[in-house]
Amino acid sequence: MSTSSGTPESWISSFCSLLGHEYFAEVSEDFIEDDFNLTGLQTQVAMYKEALEMILDVEPEDDDDDDDEDDDDEEDASGDGRDGPRAHGERRHNRVASDLSVIESSAEMLFGLIHQRFICSRPGIQQMSEKYELGHFGVCPRTNCNQTRALPVGLSDIPGVDTVKLFCPSCLDVYVPPNSRFQTVDGAFFGRTFGALFLLTFPEYDLSRSGGESAANLGRAASADDQINGMRARNIAPGLGRGKIYAPKIYGFKVSEMARSGPRMQWLRNKPEDVGELDEARYFADEHAESDDDDESMIAGHGRPTTRRRQAGSGKLRRGQVQNGSPMAVEANGAESEL
Amino acid sequence: MDVYGSESDSDYTSYWRDWFISSRGNEYFCEIDEEYLTDRFNLTGLNTEVLYYQYALDLVTDVFDLDCDDDMREAIEKSARHLYGLVHARYVVTTRGLAKMLDKYKKADFGKCPRVMCNSHPLLPMGLSDIPNHKPVKLYCARCEDIYNPKSSRHAAIDGAYFGTSFHNILFQVYPALVPAKSAERYVPRVYGFRVHAAAALVRWQHAQRADLRRRLRRLDVESGFQDAESDPDGADEDDEDPDANALDDTALTGAAAGAATVMQMTMLRNAAAAAAAAAAHPGSVA
Ligand SMILES: [Zn+2]
Ligand SMILES: [Zn+2]
Repeated sequence: MSTSSGTPESWISSFCSLLGHEYFAEVSEDFIEDDFNLTGLQTQVAMYKEALEMILDVEPEDDDDDDDEDDDDEEDASGDGRDGPRAHGERRHNRVASDLSVIESSAEMLFGLIHQRFICSRPGIQQMSEKYELGHFGVCPRTNCNQTRALPVGLSDIPGVDTVKLFCPSCLDVYVPPNSRFQTVDGAFFGRTFGALFLLTFPEYDLSRSGGESAANLGRAASADDQINGMRARNIAPGLGRGKIYAPKIYGFKVSEMARSGPRMQWLRNKPEDVGELDEARYFADEHAESDDDDESMIAGHGRPTTRRRQAGSGKLRRGQVQNGSPMAVEANGAESEL
Repeated sequence: MDVYGSESDSDYTSYWRDWFISSRGNEYFCEIDEEYLTDRFNLTGLNTEVLYYQYALDLVTDVFDLDCDDDMREAIEKSARHLYGLVHARYVVTTRGLAKMLDKYKKADFGKCPRVMCNSHPLLPMGLSDIPNHKPVKLYCARCEDIYNPKSSRHAAIDGAYFGTSFHNILFQVYPALVPAKSAERYVPRVYGFRVHAAAALVRWQHAQRADLRRRLRRLDVESGFQDAESDPDGADEDDEDPDANALDDTALTGAAAGAATVMQMTMLRNAAAAAAAAAAHPGSVA
């Protein structure tokens, strides 16, 4: 079925090599040709059939046989697929330039929506991890994230809402890509799920290492590493916490939080000295989000968030200072200094 | 001062400084007043910091008339740029300097915060050290109170000491009305609409931290500066719902997405949820 996989001149290849499309993975034709993966997209894209042909480099004029086969495939996926392809078969020789540009933009939209699904599939996320290791997505602009590699994400799964952003696994925040050429790329083509799914799928990435190091040290993280909620403890926001929080100073003196212009946002870059504390908060998370594992401790864990959180909050100051490796020479304390 | 005949710097032809601040890559610098540069008091100690100090100063103040070869000229030029930077660090914390930098801040000459939730809030240049040749310039966002690397390599190579560690903080002490409203809005990583456990727990912990801060400030009767009023006046005692309130806001932004994309999500779930669940339950086992 798959015609020519990996031909440099394919529509997919040329789309992915366009300026500004550096974040895209090359969706495999196998993925696209599995109708199940396209479920629901017919209604979201104008001239769906033509767009799909364009993406797959199916030449409507030349190979009617291929086209027919495709039509049959289409029929399996959606009952209403009949009229479109047949009618288009009659019309195709009259297709004018304006049609082509409509189809071209439909093809881009369709490819983007398929791409959103593809990068959350096993082969897709694998391909994205290769791009990640090659640094195709750039790095977090935050100074204290020390050039941690970022991941392209959308803030919405619906096209046309917002442009692509960069998710930093080190500070768990999202940023506008530095180059304006990415500000025309739809965020929905990457979607809301990919960034977090990437972290869950590749827990062996050592995120506490920065930029150039991380690829070389893939999978070298200590095996005895603690795990919390499916993530390595050291991979939970390594760019946050003590030593990674900017503390404003004037002539060497910290600006007090009691000042009108004093620090108000340090919580955003803070984390517990001992990330094990976050396990306690987990019961609350389970209750309000999903409950997908069978850890017996969560059975008894309903509805005690307040006291637990209290303990977590007040206990943090007494804990040992295990955090190390601050890139800033200054002793940047957290917001707790005034307590 | 009158010797130099400069009531205001605009009347004076500041050839070198004009050239310097309009050079590509020097957008972060403001123009230092002639009066400031020619008052020796302001330059105290810099003569030991800068090679060819007097020639460099002459160049910066457009009275340079040494006949020398190109290498020497280049060395003096380099010193002049260094001298300008060092004086700049002192100048930007004067009343005039603050006002000039404020103008540039309002025009976003220093760029905008890359953090999505900061909505392109303008940045300010700052140094992580006041000692020259230690750390390159960084950019401070007063909205998220964090620091970022300049996008352009030209800017990233500028010495942070030319702006110093205090300037941006002094600016907001001098102009407290300019302190931007702070927002609790933040990004929450999700997989198929569900929050990721570890990240969600951290988010909740950070919310408790913020609530603690707001309670402390309330006790001290200090304005918290948050734009989004938190419902509960007593801070964290009852705002356990707060994280979820925020989560609902997040969902509301993309609520349509969640509904319309149900089919899509189900499709994707078939492809990847198993992998995700497996990864969550047995990290390391997924290749
Ligand atoms: Zn980051
Ligand atoms: Zn910001």
